[in-house]
Amino acid sequence: MLNYDIVIVGGGPAGLAAAVSAKRNGAESILVLERDKELGGILNQCIHNGFGLHTFKEELTGPEYAQRFIDQLLEENIEYKLNTMVLDISKEKVVTAMNRSEGILEIQAKAVILAMGCRERSRGALNIPGYRPAGVFSAGTAQRLVNMEGYLPGREVVILGSGDIGLIMARRMTLEGAKVKVVAELLPYSGGLKRNIVQCLDDFGIPLKLSHTVVDIKGKERVEGITLAQVDENRRPIPGTEEFYECDTLLLSCGLIPENELSRELGVEMSPVTSGPLVNESLETNVEGVFACGNVLHVHDLVDFVSQEAQAAGKNAAEYVLNGKKEGGKDIPIIATQGARYTVPKTVNPQRMDEKHVVRFRVGDVYKNCYVSVYLDDERIIHRKRPVVAPGEMEQIELKKEQLEAYPDLKEITVKIETE
Amino acid sequence: MEKRELVCIGCPLGCPLTVEIEGTEVVSVTGNTCKRGDVYARKEVTNPTRIVTSSVKVEGGVLAAVSVKTKEDIPKGKIFECVTALKDVCVKAPVAIGDVVLADVAGTGVDVIATKNVIASTS
Repeated sequence: MLNYDIVIVGGGPAGLAAAVSAKRNGAESILVLERDKELGGILNQCIHNGFGLHTFKEELTGPEYAQRFIDQLLEENIEYKLNTMVLDISKEKVVTAMNRSEGILEIQAKAVILAMGCRERSRGALNIPGYRPAGVFSAGTAQRLVNMEGYLPGREVVILGSGDIGLIMARRMTLEGAKVKVVAELLPYSGGLKRNIVQCLDDFGIPLKLSHTVVDIKGKERVEGITLAQVDENRRPIPGTEEFYECDTLLLSCGLIPENELSRELGVEMSPVTSGPLVNESLETNVEGVFACGNVLHVHDLVDFVSQEAQAAGKNAAEYVLNGKKEGGKDIPIIATQGARYTVPKTVNPQRMDEKHVVRFRVGDVYKNCYVSVYLDDERIIHRKRPVVAPGEMEQIELKKEQLEAYPDLKEITVKIETE
Repeated sequence: MEKRELVCIGCPLGCPLTVEIEGTEVVSVTGNTCKRGDVYARKEVTNPTRIVTSSVKVEGGVLAAVSVKTKEDIPKGKIFECVTALKDVCVKAPVAIGDVVLADVAGTGVDVIATKNVIASTS
């Protein structure tokens, strides 16, 4: 049995930042386990720029952003294992992993940080009818093939879903010589950043069809074409609106799901909204000493926020290892309602929290000229005007310890969107 | 007088912008709700530029390809010329972030540089 203070599952942006922060906050022995052949996670295939504006005040590409954190990990002499798959985490925090050179490994940790990231929603999960030919890829798979392995998955492409990966791949495939015929989006708005709609679609004259979905895939061996149809307000296809597009490739960019198989087996309590663990202000799950950060906790749009969140998780895990669980105080639930879909964290303990604490959340719809409001029981303490909030852009508010401590009988904190 | 319709990329609001142009002069920007929209519209109609990112082949490295970018933004009209110029580029490992992969791409005066470290394979 190997022994470490902290074992971190995943060597992507969350795992890297958590490891560095844990070390700098006093944890002695840290081990990062990564299943790929290199550190950096999904950033390695995100070769476009726009990363790190908040963290480094410059626009980096994904691999450059990852390297900044890999360099910090190496400077801190933090151990890591590549090509290593974690199979199980027990309640006693024994991590079982395996790789080709060492076989099965059992590692006793004092604390575990979950940083496994997320996966793309697959064709199976979308229930798209039609044959099952070659040529249907998730946008992320296509991204890896084009950017890292040097293959072009197809020549004539239709993309379903207008999330950022789908938009980025529309541009990328176009630049590599493919013809992207259309991007279809089920919802009446795009979940992608405005900048990506302009620079990935408009720049190349690629049409975006809102309130449209794929109703049929044609082709037995290889995709020969797909049929799009308009959908009504209940997202059901409207008969008579079908349109056929000849193509050899369909890319799916239809949302990301936190990858929590390990967490579930460990008995971590999950949020049905985010599909990620429910955590307190220390980003600790209901299993003591097990922390979560990054896309495994909730899907982010900016890696800078992943890094920030992971730094907090690393610091908290280090403090847990050095001083044990902080006792005392009361966990106050944070209720997300009226437009706010969820919050991370789910509870906050005024006695144990830092002077200031960032609460991140998403809204369920597009709201214009609205207010983001926070109530301590019935008292409104934050009322911030926002010209627009949208599901595609994560929101955040800041809770102050002194504000919360002024309400000793506080029962709940509520986050909501108000029109006035 | 020419009119151009744009969507502002400054924030998620995405204001629809209308720019009136007389020759090469911007006469007016309307539809924006803040200063950023005005700045964006003027730049976008007079001198639109983009950072271009791609990847090129690597010989003798642990990875088959290395990601690259234009060191600075280049004129929007040069994007395709830039990626075409990169098509047959092949670099020898090791490659380090910042290494020039192709100098003065498409006559823009801008270099294309590596954005990833690729070490040489030992075999």
